[in-house]
Amino acid sequence: MRTMTRAVLVGLLATLAAAPPASAETVRIGFITSLSGPAGIIGKHMKDSVELALDHLGRRVGGLDVEVIYGDDQQKPDVGKQVADEMLKKHKVHFVSGIIWSNVMLAVAPVVTRERVFMIGTNAGPHQLAGKDCSEYFFTTSWQNDQTPEAMGKYMTDQGLTDVHIMAPNYAAGKDMLSGFKRYFRGRIIAEVYTQVNQPDYQAEISQIRAANPKAVFVFYPGAMGIQFVKQYAQAGLREQIPLYSVYTIDEVTLPALKEAALGIWETRYWSPDLSNEANTKYVSDFRKKYGYTPAFYGAQSYDGVMLIDAAVRAVKGDLANKAGMIAAMRKADYKSTRGPYKYNLNHFPIENFYLLKTVRTPEGEFAMQIQKTVFENHKDAYAKDCGMQW
Amino acid sequence: MLLVLEQGLNGLQYGVMLFLMAAGLTLVFGIMNLVNLAHGSLYMVGAYLATAFARWTGSFVLGALLALPATLLVGVVVEVIALRTLYERDHLDQVLATFGLILFFNELVAIVWGRAAIYTSLPPSLSGSFVLLPGLRYPTYRALVILVGVAAAVFLYVLVTSTRLGMLIRAGASNRTMVAALGVNIRRLYTLVFGLGAALAGLAGLMAGPIYAVQPGMGEQILIQVFVVIIIGGIGSIRGAVAGAMVVGMVDTLGRAFLRPTLSTIVSPAAADKAGPALASMLIYLMMAAVLFFRPQGLFPTRGR
Repeated sequence: MRTMTRAVLVGLLATLAAAPPASAETVRIGFITSLSGPAGIIGKHMKDSVELALDHLGRRVGGLDVEVIYGDDQQKPDVGKQVADEMLKKHKVHFVSGIIWSNVMLAVAPVVTRERVFMIGTNAGPHQLAGKDCSEYFFTTSWQNDQTPEAMGKYMTDQGLTDVHIMAPNYAAGKDMLSGFKRYFRGRIIAEVYTQVNQPDYQAEISQIRAANPKAVFVFYPGAMGIQFVKQYAQAGLREQIPLYSVYTIDEVTLPALKEAALGIWETRYWSPDLSNEANTKYVSDFRKKYGYTPAFYGAQSYDGVMLIDAAVRAVKGDLANKAGMIAAMRKADYKSTRGPYKYNLNHFPIENFYLLKTVRTPEGEFAMQIQKTVFENHKDAYAKDCGMQW
Repeated sequence: MLLVLEQGLNGLQYGVMLFLMAAGLTLVFGIMNLVNLAHGSLYMVGAYLATAFARWTGSFVLGALLALPATLLVGVVVEVIALRTLYERDHLDQVLATFGLILFFNELVAIVWGRAAIYTSLPPSLSGSFVLLPGLRYPTYRALVILVGVAAAVFLYVLVTSTRLGMLIRAGASNRTMVAALGVNIRRLYTLVFGLGAALAGLAGLMAGPIYAVQPGMGEQILIQVFVVIIIGGIGSIRGAVAGAMVVGMVDTLGRAFLRPTLSTIVSPAAADKAGPALASMLIYLMMAAVLFFRPQGLFPTRGR
């Protein structure tokens, strides 16, 4: 009996030893995004971009072997947190990256940074993480949520627009988007409406808009919500009557499903496939070649995320225990970003340009977003002063 | 006043869509005692098939006409292959198995048509809006949805109340064992009812295509509201599905439109801004909770059980 117990114990130890060792030769990156459900397409843009970045780096990150573990948050904060926990405890990742939704990010980021593991956000930029909840271990390659609508608020003010109706889904990012817009918009806002997240039908809200008859409508409806809102807005016949301005609503994810319905709609954004710089041209053309479709900004940010990690690991010569060294390296943003060179603000959010984009039909008959002009140069977010990090 | 009327129409249109989904779900539950979570998948299949057929034939109407029998066929195949074995099992097994079907269908359409939402167009004659009353413009397509939905409801009413098949359906809903004992081929009846339910879900789906995003997982977004409808209406009852769908459609739409402005006359506008949207999205669930508390069998329960 005793020998049997011992045999079992030995077997158990052997199994434990056979589990993946936490060796220093492999960089492990946990990439969390939405891979199923209505937002699955956004996750695909991001995952495909991570894979392309790895291709460009010869399947090595900072000179080390790399393992990327993908996790599906199903657009739910609790699921995202579970996935992150598993990555930290089971896979012992060195970096967690990705995350589309601000409410998921707010649940995941503290769990990761508390363990002194790097959180490299590649989309969501809730204001809490830019301000009082900022962390040395949190970096983002995207933007703070308020910044993009701030650019739209500025542009619409410059156009002399007033009596505007503004709308967004009722969650963390929706509120940031509308408060960013209000920070720079000087005209009158006649209604501020929040709808349910993933609500498919907007006819009730559209009828209210028609009745109120504003001079312009500003919305934030990412992903499928944008497809449905813009389609229904056009069908209600409002497109010709009341111009639509948006952020994160018309992009390369939603354009293929919207086509004509999106023509002429204005957006602001820090990036566009037609942004001209060496890294971006390479990214966009190789992406189209490999996957056969045009990437959206979600993808460009995720590509940049891998490149930022690569630069950090390279700077410490593969010594993943040297976290202070990696923080110092990432603060320099010393890599070829798809948006062109940029600097990090004290809260680890980019100081970057924002452009005005318009949906146009290209000479080849396709629908695309094109940069019209620069709205903000080296624009900082409004929350860095609450952060308190000094470097 | 015109605005209230317009929002009423919006509520009616939403209710009609919910009814088409709820009718199939409630029939299947009432007669076969089967909880079918995959009902939303049939809605999605209807939307995808209509889009594919419309692209293939170049005509929206033809696409819709082809998609309807095709979805019915998909429903029959699913019933014969997957669901037959589940009738005798308990509800938890059915939930698990039909949840598996959801995953299967979502992946299947992602493999065939890709994960991105696909483009669905409307013929120009339907894509605009028309003047319903002086000062009231309404989207042509939404008006069509109301008409088709009401026609489908009338068809279903006639089918259930005055045909032989309808008599069997009603008998099956009241007492299955007795119907089988009387020598009716209950298996064929099950297949027929399931196919009918699938076709109704497909009809809802193909009409939803041009207004919603046609993409994997679109069925689950509406399925939750449909369950609310059949719980409010009374599980297994067609009349309950009509009533439940109208109540949910109206309450949800009118709540979203008028709750915030109404609240702001009672409390401060800032508080109304905060509470309004949250409360509007909770309304139908609050109503469901109230129905469950005061009348757990629903507003129009089936007799005989």
